[in-house]
Amino acid sequence: MSKHAQAADIFNLDEARVDWHDESLWFMRQKRDKAAWSLPEWEALRNLASTIKDHSLAHLDDYWLVFEKKAEANGIQIHWAADAQEHNQIVLDILRQNDLHRIVKSKSMLTEECHLNPFLEKNGIEVIDTDLGERIVQMRDEPPSHIVMPAIHLKREDVGITFHQHLGTDEGATDPQYLTEAARQHLREKFIQAEAAITGVNFAIAETGGFVVCTNEGNADMGAHLAKIHIACMGLEKIIPKMAHLGVFLRLLARSATGQPITTYSSHFHAPREGQQMHLVIVDNGRTTQLGRADFRNSLKCIRCGACFNTCPVYRRSGGHSYHTAVGGPIGIILAPNIDMKANADLPFASTLCGSCTNVCPVKIDIHDQIWKWRQVVVAEGYVETGKKKGIQLMNYVLSHPKVYRLMGKIGRRVLRLAPFLANNGLNPWYKHREMPTAPAESFREWYLKNGAHGIKK
Amino acid sequence: MKVGLFIPCYVDQFYPQVAIAVLELLQAQGCEVGYPLDQTCCGQPMANSGFAAIAGDCNANFLRNFAGYDYIVTPSGSCALHLKEHVLPHEANSSYQVYELCEFLTDVLQVSSIQARFPHRVGFHNSCHGQRMMGLSSMSERVLPAFSKPLSLLDQVAGLEIATLDRSDECCGFGGTFCVSEEAISSKMGKDRVEDHRSKNVEYITGGDMSCLMHMEGILRRQKSPIKVIHIAEILNAR
Amino acid sequence: MESKSRLQILEKIRQNRPSEGPALPENIHFEPNFDDLALKFADTLGLIGGTAVFAPDFAFIAEDLRLVFPGAQQIVHGIAALSLVGIHPETITDPHDLALADLAILPGQLGVAESAAIWLDETNFGGHRVLPFIAQHLAIVLERKNLVHNLHAAYAQVNAAATGFGLWLAGPSKTADIEQAMVIGAHGARSLRVYLLG
Repeated sequence: MSKHAQAADIFNLDEARVDWHDESLWFMRQKRDKAAWSLPEWEALRNLASTIKDHSLAHLDDYWLVFEKKAEANGIQIHWAADAQEHNQIVLDILRQNDLHRIVKSKSMLTEECHLNPFLEKNGIEVIDTDLGERIVQMRDEPPSHIVMPAIHLKREDVGITFHQHLGTDEGATDPQYLTEAARQHLREKFIQAEAAITGVNFAIAETGGFVVCTNEGNADMGAHLAKIHIACMGLEKIIPKMAHLGVFLRLLARSATGQPITTYSSHFHAPREGQQMHLVIVDNGRTTQLGRADFRNSLKCIRCGACFNTCPVYRRSGGHSYHTAVGGPIGIILAPNIDMKANADLPFASTLCGSCTNVCPVKIDIHDQIWKWRQVVVAEGYVETGKKKGIQLMNYVLSHPKVYRLMGKIGRRVLRLAPFLANNGLNPWYKHREMPTAPAESFREWYLKNGAHGIKK
Repeated sequence: MKVGLFIPCYVDQFYPQVAIAVLELLQAQGCEVGYPLDQTCCGQPMANSGFAAIAGDCNANFLRNFAGYDYIVTPSGSCALHLKEHVLPHEANSSYQVYELCEFLTDVLQVSSIQARFPHRVGFHNSCHGQRMMGLSSMSERVLPAFSKPLSLLDQVAGLEIATLDRSDECCGFGGTFCVSEEAISSKMGKDRVEDHRSKNVEYITGGDMSCLMHMEGILRRQKSPIKVIHIAEILNAR
Repeated sequence: MESKSRLQILEKIRQNRPSEGPALPENIHFEPNFDDLALKFADTLGLIGGTAVFAPDFAFIAEDLRLVFPGAQQIVHGIAALSLVGIHPETITDPHDLALADLAILPGQLGVAESAAIWLDETNFGGHRVLPFIAQHLAIVLERKNLVHNLHAAYAQVNAAATGFGLWLAGPSKTADIEQAMVIGAHGARSLRVYLLG
């Protein structure tokens, strides 16, 4: 069984919890639908977003050069990181050079991908995640399970226990208002004390050399505007040509993610405040490789909205942790094998190829098509179990030889009719929750030969 | 017009009555229907498992069997899609005109008065590949005008009552080999689909793909439910 | 900045990027499906947890603020026309000192009706970027005539790069990270009151 399937098996042991998880995420999908339908131009916006991103990828280096000039002229220090390790080292070096120890971090899937927190901790630097969902999972020593709602897999009781342990909230308290207030007080202290703030980046704008950070909580700003040093981290694919394009992306982003017209804060950073250092770390970590894969480069258009997660019937019933990668869900399936094919060879098979993801994606990534294509690549590279390979080869033989196919079909039906226990048992995964189909005495072909081309007209 | 009937392998073996219904339906509409005797499978099971590269012989068998027909019609959106996207483009064979059954009836034959009667309450399952990829109907994800080729056909059936579901186009969870490789999720998805129909008091669940229906039937039978599955062809052919 | 990685990455991009892409769309513009800008703004603000108040003049605003925030000890604002005793943000040197602010009142530049987003930048904070976030409660004064339909129209009017920092601010801070329960008041302002002036 694949890693994902094993994790999903365990996840599905608690059916009531699966139902709750599924309903929670379906609710997000419904909110997204309502927001999409409120804009008659929704599909036109998706087309624009997709086109702008396609254009940007085709001119990526040019836009970065334009961006760099402007940004550096405005006092932003730019760093380039070839991989996760270099990214982490750059961040560490900035912190060490400035002798900084109290760090707050707002949501950045890029820093999750690079495993920044454990690296900094190993080097004696504690980082406090300030997005409420991220703070919760940080206290619990778990990774986030969704790129927008990190703690969506947790119930209020779980959070109550965690906060009681870490913040001293009342034992047994579960009211979200009460718990959020406790987090507000706790994190407010951290913001005020923070020496450095690490943030993610939603969009970098080539035209002006600035970048945009979107949050609902205000945590990115509470960190960045008080700390002496602001370090913003981003993947190199997240640059767009012009400020005006934000009109398209900001109209799509929050609606796709949570059904809101826009996030509470869409902060545009162009220069450090007086006396502050502002750093931007631009990360490759496999993105340039993905850029070179004609079948998969579209995945780099992603604006990390999470809509594909919310709509995916498989994600909703298996949970983010079953994808064993920083970014999971449907988009994770097409990004992760590029980063580490061996570790993520199971992911392209964690899908029924239903296509819902492709159709909610605000930037029109052909996600389900890419999932199918990754399956071919994974198999071609040899990341498939021998048993499965042999089974498929046998099936291919049978289905390529009409006489063999007919014989196998006949035998199979006979076995099912005469000795059903051979199929109806624990060794047959189908049989775990489903009855086998009834085996008819004759196949259609056999009927057709008897009754001829004329058929039977009643 | 000469129509070549392509019957999905699992329909040939397990649900011959569906194939018979398709044959009768097409003949009743005046088609000259041929059934190539050496057909096997569209090749999806291999391709969707990542083995498209070895399915050449299976593809060749299809091309051999179905050369020379004006149209090739199959009662399966997923088989039709696979043929069009992965088998036919390799051959640059524009002469192979593959259609899923419902779209053939609405788009080519332009059927407007099916003589059928099926006085039952039915839930319609939108099979994913047919719906989202072949365009058999609009989908809940898109902000586009609503339409449905299968429902426009069912609308013509006397006595038929179609239930409104909570989730009109969520995947049933069959997904090919997914049904066994990710069994827990597959059966949970199927169970949830079935419950949506059951809670709307349907007598039958119907749709355009027998694979989805076979999966849901497996769950219904395990639950000892009185709900039966039936392919849309059987309803359109019902008297 | 010359770094080995920078050169290598840019070179890899050059090698791997698609040889061509579509032309950039120009003149992005959409007609709105509503007429009354102020009404749409007010309704949307209500939906996202804020409150819109139609105000004829600054005297009205001052009175309303006194009624709504009777207990506010530290009020921060730099609006000369507002006859409300408050600390002028420019008199603050360390932004950390703003942590005690109960209420901040700021002028907004432009409002977007469809999302109730308001543009503010450094010129509106009296020198402190943290001000819209750190005050417990936030009030914004926006001239009613400075409303546009959607974000495309908005970006055509504001120069979002005019200062080192600016933002679209839509409603009070919020989170639904605990079991999807919407909680108004996360790390930014606990409430937002927008006065549509004129």
